[in-house]
Order: sequence, then structure tokens, then C-alpha cells
Amino acid sequence: MEKFRLSDVSLWYNDFKALKDITMDIAANEVTAFIGPSGCGKSTLLKSLNRMNDLVEGCRITGSIQLDGQDIYKDPNINGLRKRVGMVFQKPNPFPMSIYDNIAFGPRTHGVKSRLMLDDLVEKALRDAAVWEETKDRLKKSALSLSGGQQQRLCIARALAVEPQVLLMDEPTSALDPISTSKIEELVTQLKERYTIVIVTHNMQQATRISDKTAFFLLGELVEYGKTEQVFSLPRDKRCEDYITGRFG
Amino acid sequence: MREQSLRENLMKAVFLTSALISILTVALICLFLFANGIPAMGKIGFFRFLLGREWSPSDLPPAFGILPMMLGSLYVTAGSILIGVPIGIFTAVFLAKVCPKPLYRVLKPAVDLLAGIPSVVYGFFGLVTIVPMVRRMFGGNGSSILAASLLLGLMILPTIIGITESAIRAVPGELYDGAVALGASHERAVFRVLLPAAKSGILAAVVLGIGRAIGETMAVIMVAGNQARMPEGILKGVRTLTANIVLEMGYAAELHREALIATGVVLFVFILLINLLFSALRKEGRS
Repeated sequence: MEKFRLSDVSLWYNDFKALKDITMDIAANEVTAFIGPSGCGKSTLLKSLNRMNDLVEGCRITGSIQLDGQDIYKDPNINGLRKRVGMVFQKPNPFPMSIYDNIAFGPRTHGVKSRLMLDDLVEKALRDAAVWEETKDRLKKSALSLSGGQQQRLCIARALAVEPQVLLMDEPTSALDPISTSKIEELVTQLKERYTIVIVTHNMQQATRISDKTAFFLLGELVEYGKTEQVFSLPRDKRCEDYITGRFG
Repeated sequence: MREQSLRENLMKAVFLTSALISILTVALICLFLFANGIPAMGKIGFFRFLLGREWSPSDLPPAFGILPMMLGSLYVTAGSILIGVPIGIFTAVFLAKVCPKPLYRVLKPAVDLLAGIPSVVYGFFGLVTIVPMVRRMFGGNGSSILAASLLLGLMILPTIIGITESAIRAVPGELYDGAVALGASHERAVFRVLLPAAKSGILAAVVLGIGRAIGETMAVIMVAGNQARMPEGILKGVRTLTANIVLEMGYAAELHREALIATGVVLFVFILLINLLFSALRKEGRS
């Protein structure tokens, strides 16, 4: 079943057309990888799915993006959309406050006040993001005291704590070492049972390891989209083949 | 080759001299203040000077207690912080995160202009507007702790706004994005994430504001009433340490004069402490 349905999505930054007539469906409870060279629009498209592009001045979008059949650009409740569609960024961005307060920030934003409920949500989120064991004894310590890999899992936990349906990940491992990277990849594979995951990655191996579907973008166009095995073993498009075999990019 | 190294050495000497001049100035001020002020404290009695409740230099025998002025400075400064800090922080938030660009181009220079107005002009403004306003609203003659606090609260605004604004702008944009991506509103992201992240910078702004307020002289003299007695309420007149020195230095002699210099020592120590606090906060903010 599709979670997102994009039709004829085009996006401009002022006069620059960054996305060109993208039409695609993104399936629920699967990992969809966006790949392509820098500047191909994959991050831009990802940020359109939770309307983070609204923050960019001069950004204009046409076409329609439906989440469960509802056009997200016609619904004025942007904060509600972002609660349903969580996001993890390229660089770990923990808030300069305690680990506990980082995780509790989202639930508090959406009105959870009870201490007991918050305690539960924090523990659950940290467990789900596989960072509970390392943090359970230091929840009151600053989140900045964690290592880069732990910080990124904390950020995943923070996103999970608001109980989203979709998790958008913008190159979540590009700033991490190989061990932290493999932990996060493992996590992604576990999380897809309960969440729809869209991940932007520069790493071809990562895409083959964790994604069910892969979309290849080039200069703002969706060039190839299909099951990951198919895209990597039998790409239909010459440009896609050249890219994944490392001939450019 | 030789000529070049000669020129370099010469320039080095020029730079060194320039640096030494400013350091020397500070050292000389210290020396002068302490050499002239400390003996007076000894003659009057250290505790009788600092904790004495009466200042009457022309009585026989004279009394040189500066507690009223210390409290005066403290109250007026605290009042100005109470008024200036909230307004300043909100203004900084507005400038950094809310203000549309065309408006910013007008507001920012206006705020900067506030910093450039001479303090005697502020004092005059206080005298013709704030003092009568306090008089009309609360009775009394108007020259009071309240009037001085209001005026100083205005005067420290540019300091607070400028430093707080740059502290907010220095917070990485990723933190804002992170908060918004969790479904937080713009206001929540700003007040719950950006402001706490800019905390040490904001504290530094407050400390610098305190320094400015405690050292201000001219404007305070014009609106505070300047009675050298224990402060009796925010609608009553008060004299600050700075005012004490300026008002009497012109005719003071001997021990009286020395006692005024000793007042300067106390003020200097206050400022020194505030500066230490400021640099400690800056250091914490950077780490």
C-alpha cells in the first residue's frame, strides 16, 4: 500500500527548477532510498515530504503530494504533518539540553505533560532507537556529551518519541564512523516494520543493504525507480547504470 | 634584507608600544585608585566606611559611610535590569527571528543609534519626561529609584539587544530545523530551543548591561534625586556611588577627597567582578 503519492511535483528555488515533474508512490512499511549525485534534488524532494522546504525563502512547489490520500500542501496544519512525518538530519543535531529533555521535547510540544507518561515515552523511544543501554544511567546529562553515533541515534529516538508514521532520513550516516553506521542501518531495518522510511544516501552499498525500493535522481528528474535488486542489477536507464557502477557522480 | 628586518623590528616596537600604553593605563588607574583610596579606608575604618549608614562629610566629626550609595547603585542597577532585560531579550528575538527584512533595515540602525546617544541627553530626556511621569503617576517629587531604573533600563537596551541578537544568530540553524521538524511552532522552537542554546551569550549580555548601569553617572544624577541617605523605597530619591563622586569631588579636600577616591575603589572592584564574570561566561559559551 502506498503511503505517499506524488504527482507532477515540481519545485523552484526562485528561478532555478530543482525538481521536474516527479511522479512516484512511496510504499508503507518499506525502506525507500533516494540516490543520485550531489545537487540532483533528492534531499529537496525528501524535505518536501514534511514541508521543511517551506522554511527556504523563494521556494515554490507545484503538483500534489498526498499522504494517505490527503494533499499535504492543502492542509494548513503543518505542525501536525511534521508530527506524522518525522525527520533525521545529516548532521546529528541534539539540542543543548539533557538527554531526557531532548526526547521529551517532541511529546511536550504535542501536549504530553504527565511525568509518568513522559518517562515511558522517553524510555520507549530510546529503546526503539537502540541507544537505551548507553544512556539509561545518564538521562540528566547533556546530550552533547554523547559520541557522534550515539547523538544520531538519540536524534532518531527524538523523532520516534512523537510517534510518527513516516521517518525521513537525510544521509543519516554521512557524518558517522563505520561501526555507528552499521548500528543505524540495523536499526532502520528493524524500524520499517512499524514505520515508512525514506532515506537519502550517497552510499550505494547502504542503499542495497537496507532499502526495498530505490529511486535514482539526476538534475531534478526521477530517472529510475523500482525494487532495489532490479535497479542495481538490471538498471533500465543508461545514466542510472553509469552512476551505480561508479562512472560518474 | 637588512633593511627589511630593520623595518620589521621597528614596526614590532610600534605595536608593542601601542599595546603597552593601554595596559599601562589600566595599571596606572589601579595604582592611583588603590594608593589614594586604601589609606582613606584605613583612616575611616574599613567596616565603618563600607557599612556605615551615614554620609555627612561636613559634620563635626564627619561621617563617611558609603552603604547608602552602595545600596543606591545596587537598587538602581537591579531595577534597570528588571526593566531592560526582558524588553531587550524580546527585542533581540524579534530582530533575529521574526522581523521582516525591510523592517530590520530600519530597526537595527535605530537600535544602534540608541547606543550612540550621549548619556547627558538621556539624562535630559529623563528629567523632562520620566521624572514628571513618575510624579504624576505615583506622587512624590519624581526623582527616585524608579525614575533612575526606568532611564537606565532604556540606556542598557542597545547593549542587551546587540549581544543577545548575535548570540541567537550564532545558534546553528540545525537546532531550529530539528525543533520544527518535530512539529514545534516557530515560537516554541525559538523560545524553547534557540534561547536556551544561546543562554551563555544572553547572560553575558545581562552582565555587560549591569556593568553599563552601575557605571552610568550623568543620566542618573539628573533623575535620581541624589540624597545621601539610606534608600527608603522606590519612589524616594537615592544617590549612587558614581553620583557621590561627581557631586562632591569639585569641592572636597583632605580626608573627604580621599573618601571619594575610596568610593571609586569600591566601584572599580564592582566593575572588576562583573568583567571577570563576563569573561567566565564567554569562556563557558565557547566550550
